[in-house]
Amino acid sequence: MSKVRVLVGTRKGAFILTSDEKRQEWDISGPHFAGWEIYHLKGSPADPDRIYASQSTGWFGQLIQRSNDGAQTWEPAGNTFDYDGTPGTHQWYDGTQHPWEFKRVWHLEPSLTDANTVYAGAEDAALFRSTDAGQTWQELSGLRDVKSKLWQPGAGGMCLHTIILDPNDPKRIFVAISAAGAFRTDDGGETWRPINQGLKSPFELPDPTAEVGHCVHNLSMHPSRPDVLFMQKHWDVMRSDNAGEMWHEVSGNLPSDFGFPIQVHAHEPDTVYVVPIKSDSEHFPPDGKLRVYRSRTGGNEWEALTNGLPQSDCYVNVLRDAMAIDQLDSCGVYFGTTGGQVYASADSGDNWTAIMRDLPAVVSVEVQTLP
Amino acid sequence: MSTIRIVLPQHLRTLAHVGREVELQVEGPVTQRAILDTLEAQYPMLRGTIRAQGTLERRAFVRFFACEQDLSHEPPDAPLPDEVVAGKEPFMVVGAMAGGTDAHQPADG
Repeated sequence: MSKVRVLVGTRKGAFILTSDEKRQEWDISGPHFAGWEIYHLKGSPADPDRIYASQSTGWFGQLIQRSNDGAQTWEPAGNTFDYDGTPGTHQWYDGTQHPWEFKRVWHLEPSLTDANTVYAGAEDAALFRSTDAGQTWQELSGLRDVKSKLWQPGAGGMCLHTIILDPNDPKRIFVAISAAGAFRTDDGGETWRPINQGLKSPFELPDPTAEVGHCVHNLSMHPSRPDVLFMQKHWDVMRSDNAGEMWHEVSGNLPSDFGFPIQVHAHEPDTVYVVPIKSDSEHFPPDGKLRVYRSRTGGNEWEALTNGLPQSDCYVNVLRDAMAIDQLDSCGVYFGTTGGQVYASADSGDNWTAIMRDLPAVVSVEVQTLP
Repeated sequence: MSTIRIVLPQHLRTLAHVGREVELQVEGPVTQRAILDTLEAQYPMLRGTIRAQGTLERRAFVRFFACEQDLSHEPPDAPLPDEVVAGKEPFMVVGAMAGGTDAHQPADG
């Protein structure tokens, strides 16, 4: 019987939840790394027992942890993230130039084929790669050649938060940065180009259609159709049918097109999930109702999924890495909130249950589908 | 060779799998730098947690106390008090009261 392992990162530690394919009863372990911020944990597709975790605090900085036994035990890996060459400067909150400074790792993306290769998305924004299981890290600095003087911090900092590896082309990688936009390499990370055509940011940028500078919150792709990308931007839900060459808006009938995460169903490439948030100044759901919205048409037509979710007086947020999809036949959808709940649906979002609550604010949720 | 006692904050004890106090054999003049170099050599997982990687500067929200004095702003190569050198008093690595948050890191991002 298959099972699932949900990896939850919070402001004060990590929690690991496991269940069988029914996903009704859950075993919980944690807190792992109690008291530390766990921005992200992710398992290797090549070896599910290999899991990487990003651990940090304002006191003691950044650590990377690695498990070789499915999160039962952990060992510290390398935590030296040196920018390549002279790091240079980027735009600061006040419009002046500010030196590049490493702060933390937001996202870890293990290789699809090699358990010892893993990518790290950093703040200040940069992409690092390790080929020795996280012991040493090298920056793919060609990314910062793409007009990085114009990049600037979003409200959460200037972070590289999304890394998508193309399953059909090992040299193609997509990343997204707040607030710089989306970028693509077709040569394994040597050279990059912005893929932001079609994005419009009239409230955030003096030039609403600028080549870089957009506050992209999250990207998602279905592995069977790697040229189709979905984006939750600061405002607007977007879609590209040509690997980011051009985007068009698919916000449709959403009650708000502001939000953070976006995910695609495991078996239906045109089924997409978002969690609308009222606005950039009010980071909670519209009308105090926590609603996941699902489109079965690749965008534009959205339905509210509410069964089991609080429909009054709910003022939590769902952060960009805090939603995940499992691979079971009846696709599971999971998300965590800043109010410390982790919700799960074992039926593509029709019905939801809080599988854990009263946690510290949830920063990230990932799920592994295990044989 | 001096036997130096170091007290670590809870998070770093957990990380290094040690108790409240660690004893180190420090060669040569006993300074902040000598103590931290020895500590990091013996417990490499602590690299980057007390001093920044590369610059080896004290992290902003880490403090060094000894003999009821705040030595955080002393030069890293200044001699430490005799009581620390003699092992009578510990060199304390402390997480600052003001620490743990980043002024530019709002809760939602």
